[in-house]
This record gives sequence, structure tokens and C-alpha cells, in this order.
Amino acid sequence: MKRLATMKKSTRNNLFTYALVIAAFVVVQALRVGPGIGSMLEGQLIPICAYVTMALALNLVVGISGELSLGHAGFMSIGAFAGSAFAMALQDSVGLSPLRLALAMVFGALIAAVLGFLIGIPVLRLNGDYLAIVTLAFGEIIKSIATNVYLGMDGNGLHFSFLNDTMDLSDGGVELIRGPMGVMNSQRISTFIAGFVLVLAALTIIFNLVNSRTGRAIMAARDNRIAAESVGISVTKYKMIAFVTSAALAGAAGTLYGCSQTTFVATRFDFNTSILILVFVVLGGLGNMWGSVIAATALTILPEALRQFSELRMLVYAIVLILVMLATNNPTLRGFFTRLFRREREGADAGVRAVKGGGGHE
Amino acid sequence: MVFLNYLISGIGLGSIYAIIALGYTMVYGIAKMLNFAHGDVIMVGAYICYFSMSGLSAHFEEGSLAAAVVPALAGTVLAMVVCTVLGVVIERLAYKPLRQAGSLAVLITAIGVSYFLQNAAQLLWSSSPKMFTPILSRDLQLSLPGGLSVSALTILTVVVCIVIMVGLTLFTGRTKMGKAMRACSEDKAAAQLMGIDVNRTISMTFAIGSALAAVAGVLYLSTYPSLVPTTGSMPGIKAFTAAVFGGIGSIPGALLGGLLLGIIEILAGGYISTQLQTAIVFAVLIVVLLVKPAGLLGKVVREKV
Repeated sequence: MKRLATMKKSTRNNLFTYALVIAAFVVVQALRVGPGIGSMLEGQLIPICAYVTMALALNLVVGISGELSLGHAGFMSIGAFAGSAFAMALQDSVGLSPLRLALAMVFGALIAAVLGFLIGIPVLRLNGDYLAIVTLAFGEIIKSIATNVYLGMDGNGLHFSFLNDTMDLSDGGVELIRGPMGVMNSQRISTFIAGFVLVLAALTIIFNLVNSRTGRAIMAARDNRIAAESVGISVTKYKMIAFVTSAALAGAAGTLYGCSQTTFVATRFDFNTSILILVFVVLGGLGNMWGSVIAATALTILPEALRQFSELRMLVYAIVLILVMLATNNPTLRGFFTRLFRREREGADAGVRAVKGGGGHE
Repeated sequence: MVFLNYLISGIGLGSIYAIIALGYTMVYGIAKMLNFAHGDVIMVGAYICYFSMSGLSAHFEEGSLAAAVVPALAGTVLAMVVCTVLGVVIERLAYKPLRQAGSLAVLITAIGVSYFLQNAAQLLWSSSPKMFTPILSRDLQLSLPGGLSVSALTILTVVVCIVIMVGLTLFTGRTKMGKAMRACSEDKAAAQLMGIDVNRTISMTFAIGSALAAVAGVLYLSTYPSLVPTTGSMPGIKAFTAAVFGGIGSIPGALLGGLLLGIIEILAGGYISTQLQTAIVFAVLIVVLLVKPAGLLGKVVREKV
């Protein structure tokens, strides 16, 4: 009976998350067709979708699998570079831009997944803070390498060089990746609808993974590694599944982001970006997917919305961040909020015990 | 010959990393938290020293001995005092309320503090780079036989690092406060039962770590003089890496990790490629952690079922 109740709660949570994303999409799309949503928000729509997907991907690693990753921007970077280069290379052969974007996303996700697997082999042998520092190290290595890659294409096929530009492209050749100058997209093929589809796909993949035998094994390995091993769960294998899935989603998000920018460089995806995404996940609640969606959206809009305070905005952001962390984690303050909440609930009709799920945040 | 010169500057840089890594390692050992704001304390210390040095140097006759020594010394001491207070205040306001919370919550708060310090510095002192005056003139070179030359600044850095290391080892080994620190890092609850004031011990750790960060900031900026509000983050991350490299929580480990990291960084830049310098440093870290998962001198804690 108890198990049934928890099952229902998780299904309810999942449905709520889908409903939230779809409703947000419908409202925004209706506003865009009708009165418009302002150029500030319009420009933020695709980055929001990319960051929401990043937050969902990282939540799979940090919340569900229980490993702290400080280098997830690296996978986003790989996705952005690989995906954009792929899209540009296909520019002549695939005319339909949504199809090209879809192919680019799959390619970006694939490359990021392969890299995630390779990185996962050493990383998942460690645990705790050592794992975190190694992911940080990989993020920095990816950044350094991506800054020095040159990739070009001409009539003779692909040209590649490292550290120095020695490609010697023939006439009509295209530079796909230009080292420290990054990528310059000739066409911005990402759309808000594509972003929405990506977010929905990410949610579907994550929910299906979490509610499967594999997902339960992943969570068992998180809750108690030794106990999980003793019942025959291969901890490394299941952690690897979560890590690679997360890397693939991050790669697709990177492609979405990359293809929405006229130009971007590898230093755009640095340690600070990884941290920013981690902030979304922690503020939204570990393992709580709709929390990640809301936190990523709110915190991507917030710095833009605070632009009127210009110089003060990042200071305000920092203070808000510290205060929220204190308010949600300090036992005294939390006790105060719970008491406040309980009193309200007692005041309301006892029969209406729906809404409040697990979270307890915001 | 070139190799020895690289080695010397590597040791100089490594000593600075070691001093910063000490702050990380002490705080981690006792509060079990990664203090990401530590790098920004370095930056604040450097700014304080910069302003007090440029304010004071006007009062001294140019070229005299006093003009060379007094502003630099006063600037460093002032920076240490300000950073000590800053470190204790940060701990009291941001970290202490989260003593019982999960490590991720504390990590994010530390990141919030780091953002706060960087942006406050940008508001107060603007983001245009300031040229830091080295505390010892870079022209002061000591020539060694065989065409080698060592700058006085490097010698000073290494000496300061050794003094700090010996001082800290004696402090944690011999004094009552030091023993309290070791007790707290072992088991906080048991330490409290033995009558140790855990909160005061943690404050003390932050005070020492932040004072060291100020010293490291002054030394770092004397070598790499461009001072901006984000100056602290890269040496901060590198020093954190150094602390993990040597085994986080261990004081000799911080020294070893810092020195090795500095040497590898300079050698990689000199012989392989300056563009891939950072990547090589991190790659070595990964290899070391794979062979010794708790760092070079770290203790492997066995998990009990």
C-alpha cells in the first residue's frame, strides 16, 4: 500500500512536470504569435531551453546518481562544437534546416556520449570530492583542447589541425572550427520549437530511465554503494549509464545552444558555466526535475531582468543565491517555514491534501 | 641551464600555490567543505595591499631603503588583517548557519560568496586592470655560478613558504589550539565532548587560511602583476587542485602538491606548449588520482558497512 502511494506520487510528479513544460510552451508561443514577449525574452528563449536541458542532464548525475560533476559545461562545449561543425558541413547536402538541426543534435549527443564514456572510465573509479575535482579537470582540459582545434572543409574533404592553423583550404573551403576564434555559424538554425522538443525528449528519457529497473539500480547504488554491490548491482556500470546518458543530453543541449549563436568560443563553456548549471540543480532540488526546469528558467531570466540595476545585478544575484541557500538549508529557518506551512494546512480543509509534493524548496 | 631556470621559476610559482592550497586543505580538513571563495580572498588581499602601497609610497623619499620596505611590509600586514576579518565574517554569516546542512548546499553558498566578492570588488574598484607594484623589485637578481640567475622575489617567496609551513606544522603539532584543530578534523562530536569549542576552532581555521591567502595574493601579484576582480579564481582553482594532488587535509601534502603543480605548469609551458599548459597540469592530476585515489600523501579512509 505504501509502495503504491509513493509510486503514485512519482507518476503525479512526472505528469506535473510534462504539464508545466507544455503549458509554458503554449503560453509563450501564444504570446509570440499575438502581442510578442519583448526582444529581451525572445533572445533568451533558446538559451533557456538549452540550460533547462543541461540542468536536467546534470540532475541525473548529481540528484539521481549522486555524483558531483563540476565539468558538465565540457560536454555542452563538445556538443556545441561538434553539432555546429556538422550542421555547417551538411549545409549543402541537407536543405531542410529542422532536419539538419536534428541530425546535428544527434551527432553532438553521440560525440558527447562517447567522450562521456571515455571520461567515465577513470572518473567513476573515484568517489566524493575526488570525483568532483576530476570532472573539473576534464572540463578544463576540454576547454583548452577545443580552443586549439582547427577544422575545415573543402573540395578535398575534411582538414584538421591542432595548435596552429595549417589547413591550407582550397578555394571555396569553409572553416568549421577556427581555434581560439571559435565557431562562426553562417546560419542560425535553432528554433524555440526545437528547444521545446529537446526539453520534452530529455524529460521523457530521464523519467523512463528513473522509473525502470536500471533507474532503481542507479538510485540503490547512490543510497548505499556497498549494500547495492552486495545484492549484485554493478555500481560502476549503472553509474556509467547515468553519466553517459547525461553527457549525451548535455551534448544535444550544446548543439541547440551553439546553433543559436552567430559566433561562440570555447571559453564560453568554462568552470563558471558548469557551476551555474549546478546552481540550477541544487536550487531546484536534487532529483527534482520540475524544480530544475523552474530554477534554470528563473535564473536565466533573472540576470537579464535585473539589467536595469546594471552594475548591481550580479551582486544582487549573489546575495539572492546565498540567502536562498541559507533559507532552504538552515535548520532553524526551515523549522520556521515548516511550522508556518503546517499551520496553514491545518487551517485549510484536511481533505485537500493534494498539491504539496516532496520538494520543500522556494 | 634553461631547464634549471624553468625549475626555479616553477618552484617560485609552486610555493605560492602551496600557500593557497594550505588554506583549502585546512578548511577542508576541519569543516569538510570546499571553500570556493578562497581564491577571491586572495584577490581582496591583493587589492588592499595595492591601495595601501600606492597610498604609502608617496610619503617616502624615492629610492631610499624605507620607501622600498615600509609600504610593502605595511601593505602586506594590512592585507592580512583585512583578509582575516573577512574570512571570519564570511564563515560566521554564510557557512556557520549551514553546519548541519549537506555538503552541496555549503558548496553552492561558497560559490555565492565567491560571486559576491568578485562583484563587490568590481563595484568598488572597477574592472579595469591595475598594475601591481611588486613588493621586491624584479631587477634584484642573484647571479649564481654557471649563468643562472634567481630573482630576489623568488627567494623571498620560497622562504616565506618554508616559514609558513614550519610554523603551521609546529602550530598544529604543539599548541593547544592546533591540537583542538586536529581533534575537530578527526571527530567534531567527540571533540566537543572533550570541552573543545568547535565553533571557535573553525573560526580560527578560517582566520589562518584567509591570512595565508592574503600573503599568497601579494606574492602572486608580485609575479603576475595584472590585478582585476577575477584575478583570484584561476590560482584558486589551481591551488585547490594542488591540495587534492597532495592529498586534501594534509599539510605536507599541500606543500608537495603545490610545488609539483607549479613545476609541472612551468615545464609544460616551456617545453610543450603554453596553450596547453593548463590542460597538461590537469591531465597529470587525473593520472595521479587514478594511481593514488586519495592524493599523494592522503590517507585512504576505509568505508565501513
